[in-house]
Amino acid sequence: MKIAVPIKFVPDLVEELSIDASGAALDTSWLRLIINEFDDHAIEQAILLKERGGAEVTVICAEGDGVDDILFTAAAKGADRLVKLTGADANTMNSHAAARVLADLFKEIQPDLILTGVQAHNDLDGSIGPLLAEYLGMPYVGYVAGVTAASGSVVIRKEYPGGIIAEMDVILPAVLGIQAAEQPPRYVAYSKINQVSKTVKIEERAVAGLDSNGGATVSRMFQPEPAQRAEIIDGSPEEVADRMVGIFKELGVL
Amino acid sequence: MSQDIFVLVEHLRGGVADISFVMLAAARTLAQTSGGHVVAVLLGKDAQKLAANLAADKVLYADHAALTEFTSEAWQLTLAKLIEEQSPRAMLFGHTTIGADVAGVLSAKLSLPLVSSCVNFTSDGKFVSQTCGGKIMAEGELPSPTALVTMIPGGYKAEQGQVAQAPMIESFAPPALDNLRVALKKYVEPEAGDVDIAKESFLISVGRGIQNKDNIELADELAAATGGTVCASRPVVDQGWLPTSRLVGKSGKRVKPKIYLALGISGAPEHVEGMGESDVIVAVNTDPNAPIFNVAKYGATLDLLDLVPRLTEKVKQAKGG
Ligand SMILES: Cc1cc2nc3c(=O)[nH]c(=O)nc-3n(C[C@H](O)[C@H](O)[C@H](O)COP(=O)(O)OP(=O)(O)OC[C@H]3O[C@@H](n4cnc5c(N)ncnc54)[C@H](O)[C@@H]3O)c2cc1C
Ligand SMILES: Nc1ncnc2c1ncn2[C@@H]1O[C@H](COP(=O)(O)O)[C@@H](O)[C@H]1O
Repeated sequence: MKIAVPIKFVPDLVEELSIDASGAALDTSWLRLIINEFDDHAIEQAILLKERGGAEVTVICAEGDGVDDILFTAAAKGADRLVKLTGADANTMNSHAAARVLADLFKEIQPDLILTGVQAHNDLDGSIGPLLAEYLGMPYVGYVAGVTAASGSVVIRKEYPGGIIAEMDVILPAVLGIQAAEQPPRYVAYSKINQVSKTVKIEERAVAGLDSNGGATVSRMFQPEPAQRAEIIDGSPEEVADRMVGIFKELGVL
Repeated sequence: MSQDIFVLVEHLRGGVADISFVMLAAARTLAQTSGGHVVAVLLGKDAQKLAANLAADKVLYADHAALTEFTSEAWQLTLAKLIEEQSPRAMLFGHTTIGADVAGVLSAKLSLPLVSSCVNFTSDGKFVSQTCGGKIMAEGELPSPTALVTMIPGGYKAEQGQVAQAPMIESFAPPALDNLRVALKKYVEPEAGDVDIAKESFLISVGRGIQNKDNIELADELAAATGGTVCASRPVVDQGWLPTSRLVGKSGKRVKPKIYLALGISGAPEHVEGMGESDVIVAVNTDPNAPIFNVAKYGATLDLLDLVPRLTEKVKQAKGG
């Protein structure tokens, strides 16, 4: 089985975000980017499938700071092929454009199974999984938290609210949006990543052009203006703890 | 081409999901600007009764065994045919395990524009979406000709989308639904046996800010001292530090305790969906810009690892003395 995992870098939300001079986009000059956490799960799920039944796993990412390290990390976990897309600014690519670029690549690689992250926190025109599936004529199922290979199909566990799981049969080739792997993403030692980076090659693919049609146009971005902001309790941990005990007592929960 | 606003009614095992009513309320706002009607689209098998309290001007209903429960392919094929025939001004989907599985497919298939994570529409018909985990809002014109929009809760109350009197139902024929590649085998219930966090009145909720599995003990100790119950955000559960039964949010439980103490939780929309209606939210987060402070009543911008052990001590003293 051939499995492909496209991965995306997203702004680290722990950092402060600001809006650029246009007023309609994030200021990307200071953005710290990290791998979309669901992509870590998608890679883990791909490696689990490989370990259980054999597979060739290809991981794909658009170029950018830190991308080589993430690709080598995937290889150290067990990915076989690494592909870097060059010539397109991943920060300005919307989901429709990215889906078209990846669809072209996948027509060539012909994976049986494409695992995307279920979504990224910064897409404004949907996640690419369903777009990609339709461009390739494959079925799509998202919110997946478990995949078992069968012959010519997979059995997936799709999450519904409240912890309810739907087991579905999906005929291959297919695209799945991964919410969580069956086990937490594994850790690999830096020494192993370093070693892999000397032996595994990153294939580069030039992106011809971007077609963003189908995406939404944003005219204004702003920070939310909440109806009420929390009353911040200042002071040392001792003082804050005292006040919180007071609040618990007032509410009658102690 | 019409000015109508369509809403996909989401249902699971015989119950209409709240987001459907939220979307009907949103559609009403939008229909007022577009000058069209609010049309609920219901897919199922013998499911007419699910239309009973939808606040829509009419319901378009497709009845087929393959539509009984949600599967992305059968639903998507049926909706594609309907949208092509009717060309509404917009169609609203939940940004959910149902809606988000089909909206993108339809955008690609029908070459129609897609807007995701919309929370409300302005009075002049612009979309307002939440992005970056609730830290940023994005606004824009509703794209043409038919805008496909996925919606998250928060902008409208479900009650606004409910009525006592059943709307008129009109049937439409689904396309041939043969040779489907996605089939539902069965539903699996969550494991029983653990406490039901939805029934607890004092929840101590830990997020990624707790940093590692060993630190969960700090929350356990606070819970033991207060008589509260420990629950968590998604990353904590995905790391296996706490069981799924303790998950609060979109994919977990919806809780409404007297007090919700959020420790190291950023307040992403998917988390807030499950706890935003708690009586009193107290948040501890080192980031003063964390969205959790937009829903909390009280907050502290301290390191939780410094605060929690002291809080546990103080609670013990308060109870002892
Ligand atoms: C389809 C879907 C469904 C989802 N369902 C759910 C769901 O049901 N429930 C859910 O919770 N999430 C859900 N999520 C995930 C959600 O988007 C967020 O990623 C998640 O809620 C973030 O969890 P967090 O706040 O613990 O982590 P983060 O967002 O990483 O936040 C950690 C916070 O801790 C703070 N912090 C760090 N160190 C400290 C310290 N020492 N002291 C104090 N504060 C500290 C940081 O400032 C930060 O704000 C879902 C996502 C998707 C896509
Ligand atoms: N530019 C991109 N390059 C590679 N993969 C992407 C890209 N954009 C999105 N993806 C994939 O789609 C998932 C969902 O992201 P998004 O489409 O932005 O919601 C990501 O987790 C990746 O798996």
